[in-house]
Amino acid sequence: MENPILDFLYLVCIILFIIGLKRLSHPDTAKKGNMIAGFGMGAAILITMFYPMENESNNYLWIVGGLILGGIIGFTAAKKVKMTAMPEMVSLFNGLGGACSMLIAAVEFYNLPEGTPMMSTEVLTIIFALFVGSIAFTGSIVAWGKLDGFLRDSLVLPAPQVINIIMLVAVLVLSGFIMVQPELNFTLVIILLIVCLVYGITFVTPIGGGDMPVVISLLNSFTGIAAAGAGLIYGNQVMIVGGIIVGASGTILTVLMCQAMNRSLFNVIIGGFSGSGSSSGSDREQVVKEASHSDTAIQLKYSNKVMVVPGYGLAVAQAQHICHDLEKALENEGVEVKYAIHPVAGRMPGHMNVLLAEADVPYPKLLELEEANEQMSTTDMVLVIGANDVVNPAAKEDTGSPIYGMPILDVELAGTVIVLKRSMRPGYAGIENPLFFGEKTKMLFGDAKDSLGKLKEEVGNA
Amino acid sequence: MDSILQFIIDNIEMLYILVFAIFLGMEVISKVPTVLHTPLMSGANAISGVVVIGAIILIRNTNPGNYIMLIIGMLGIALATVNVIGGFAVTDRMLHMFKKKKK
Repeated sequence: MENPILDFLYLVCIILFIIGLKRLSHPDTAKKGNMIAGFGMGAAILITMFYPMENESNNYLWIVGGLILGGIIGFTAAKKVKMTAMPEMVSLFNGLGGACSMLIAAVEFYNLPEGTPMMSTEVLTIIFALFVGSIAFTGSIVAWGKLDGFLRDSLVLPAPQVINIIMLVAVLVLSGFIMVQPELNFTLVIILLIVCLVYGITFVTPIGGGDMPVVISLLNSFTGIAAAGAGLIYGNQVMIVGGIIVGASGTILTVLMCQAMNRSLFNVIIGGFSGSGSSSGSDREQVVKEASHSDTAIQLKYSNKVMVVPGYGLAVAQAQHICHDLEKALENEGVEVKYAIHPVAGRMPGHMNVLLAEADVPYPKLLELEEANEQMSTTDMVLVIGANDVVNPAAKEDTGSPIYGMPILDVELAGTVIVLKRSMRPGYAGIENPLFFGEKTKMLFGDAKDSLGKLKEEVGNA
Repeated sequence: MDSILQFIIDNIEMLYILVFAIFLGMEVISKVPTVLHTPLMSGANAISGVVVIGAIILIRNTNPGNYIMLIIGMLGIALATVNVIGGFAVTDRMLHMFKKKKK
């Protein structure tokens, strides 16, 4: 059954999605873009509720119940989550979307009318939605766990590549087997579903926590593709186009993130950061110099230019506000303060920008990688706050290092480097950082928030 | 082989839509400042919750007496709605912070 007006309104929803995404990619229009896309989604849901169908029995109570339940949970979670936990949240949300595609595919299998030929594009579509949806589901859950910390990287599978190839072959063979059966064998479908779910886990588990942003972006595009697959089952244009656009844009975004780390997507998925670097920090003398708060404060005060390099540690310590306070105190003393933002600092690209914007740090103070490196040689002091891998010179010097080739912030070009860190533990990629043993480097141990607070006080007193 | 050709003939419009949508998705996003990568990913993630429409279609076609299907359908709607509402709300929160600094 069709309804020309509602069909046309579906088209309008698609246009709203596209305009929304387009606006989301410019800083001035992003907020509006998000609203427009959200409005499009609301309209699409309403249209679907009233679109005329054959054998409709509506069950509106169940629909509204599901919408309210999901709406309340989603809204509360989004409002309560801390800015630092944003990446985990996105990953979890994404997994739930994938789970929905998976459920739809499973149910549509079950509902296939008797006598449906198994060797048909219809069945192939359902298998596809089931496969992609379940990988996005369990994969996102694992990514969430890794970022949240309840799953550690130490969980290692023996020969992960071999396992993943076996899983993929198993999925293909099972799918083929389902399609050559004379009629629907639902037990086989359940087995396929379980294999797909396990594949999602084995797919993400070997990938290091440092690469999770890339993985989340990739899984996000999977969810889009799964939604498009489910859309093909119903021949629903909004789902198909919306899903494919997310799938395509998610893939592009994934590639952009990989480029920021100077690695290929293939390398991220297959390689991962495998434990500690083979031969890192070879020739450097392993002596750590410790700095005191008062010395550092005085040195800061009499600098002309200070560069702050924020990392995940800043986010964990919730130190963005006190960092901004210190910056203001220094500016009052006539010191020029800039922030050097590495594209993959934090757990997601743009993570630091969001965090510093929250603390009202003026936008022009944030320098991107290249600009920051250009100014590094004229900088007197660098404050590395909870960042590690993005300032690791091993990426330039040590060909054996797993992060070799990644562009880094050249903090050693500056006069002095002060590293604020809780302990000597290696960063998220799990590799030693020769910078900490460098000639120009001093370590300021302790919680970033406490240390910055003390520094600010000392700058005021001195 | 014949069935593949037949499929292409039957679904040629769909194939056009798929191809155009892929290119559109890639073009829409190709020039994005790094600052916006996270909100953009989150916003796109909310849009992928469009699968909620599938769950609504599913439930509307279900026999009112079939409680198992209704519960699965409602679960599907709830899961996807968390993705949609949560996704848009989180994105809005992130973008709100950019707004503030402009003043």
